[in-house]
Amino acid sequence: MSSMSDKERLGFWEELKSSPSTNEFLKGIWKDNPVFVQVLGMCPVLAVTNTAENALAMGLATTFVLLMSNVLVSLLRNFIPKQVRIASYILIIASFVTIVDYLIQSVSVELHKSLGAFISLIVVNCLILSRAEAFASKNTVKYSALDALGMGGGFLLGLLCLGAVREILGSGTLFSLQLFPSGFQEWIVMILPAGGFFTLAGWLILINYTKERKLS
Amino acid sequence: MNTDSLGYIFISASLINNFVLAYFLGICPFLGVSGKIGTASKMGAAVTFVMLISSICAYTIHYLLLRINAPYLQLISYIVVIASTVQLVEMFIKKMSPALFRALGIFLPLITTNCAILGLALFQTSKDYDMIQSVIYALGAGTGFTLALVLMAGLREQLDLADVPKLIKGTALVLLVAGILSLAFMGFSGLGNQ
Repeated sequence: MSSMSDKERLGFWEELKSSPSTNEFLKGIWKDNPVFVQVLGMCPVLAVTNTAENALAMGLATTFVLLMSNVLVSLLRNFIPKQVRIASYILIIASFVTIVDYLIQSVSVELHKSLGAFISLIVVNCLILSRAEAFASKNTVKYSALDALGMGGGFLLGLLCLGAVREILGSGTLFSLQLFPSGFQEWIVMILPAGGFFTLAGWLILINYTKERKLS
Repeated sequence: MNTDSLGYIFISASLINNFVLAYFLGICPFLGVSGKIGTASKMGAAVTFVMLISSICAYTIHYLLLRINAPYLQLISYIVVIASTVQLVEMFIKKMSPALFRALGIFLPLITTNCAILGLALFQTSKDYDMIQSVIYALGAGTGFTLALVLMAGLREQLDLADVPKLIKGTALVLLVAGILSLAFMGFSGLGNQ
């Protein structure tokens, strides 16, 4: 939306930014950030961000699935018949999610337990399907991979923003490190479901505010 | 109360562990389709119906997969079953009531990517519910989803008339209201402890 003014301001980045590969990568991180701008894939964003560690694991898992499915969809884009494309995308995504599910289970049973069903639910994350349909099915493997990395990075960033705030306020820690002296009164509401809604609303208001200020 | 009793399963799925407000499942339609009470209740009914059918199918599939010893196929087969159920429901509604089909519009096919449905199938599997328990669980979850959606739609219809600061308008406002609704639903959490 405000990409033009961004470019004028950051003259230093202009040359780098004008290359299409950088652009495909960067748009997911900032301009079209899946969490804050597109508001896609909200279920995991709200559900597993009660600690920063969960948020990081979820972001990485989603990025992996996004990258692999984007690459595969892009490779197969000329072979998949148009009528069954959505079904094929879902099957591709489900296969990679199964891999991630077993991978996390083998790395850390504890993490697998705290993320619970939300690893399997990456299948129905609208972000992944929408990237497959809107980008990977029309572009080359290189750009699809960059798009996936950018979008995954943006998603990870969004998850971390929420997870960090909720963990700091809700339990007084960050990545399980004690931040405050022992007298700190935790805001229990932040680790409860309601805290997820409030934190995301807070970030959205903050972003609206910066946008307003840029315009005026 | 016995946690395996049918009454408890229903109340737990619809109120105590409401799918939308406590588990964050089905947030996309919750944010997208909760503008008007009429659409919201129809969407809720459609989702409940798909939940019921896919819950029965998921139970059967889980049983079969255990028989042939292939649990890693679970996720893939669940999503395929849900997608085809939605397709069937779509064809059925189109044939039986074209008016309702037009009213639901794009939301009908989008039920496939509603995480509440897949979440329901996964939860009932991990809780080891039998056939009847699964059906009641699906009914409860569907009722809870409809309730959250209709409540939210009612609030949003009122908010349209209110004078809201420009900064908060849009998604942020809906999220704030959802947070307060979620806090209110926490009041139900004492229900099952007696």
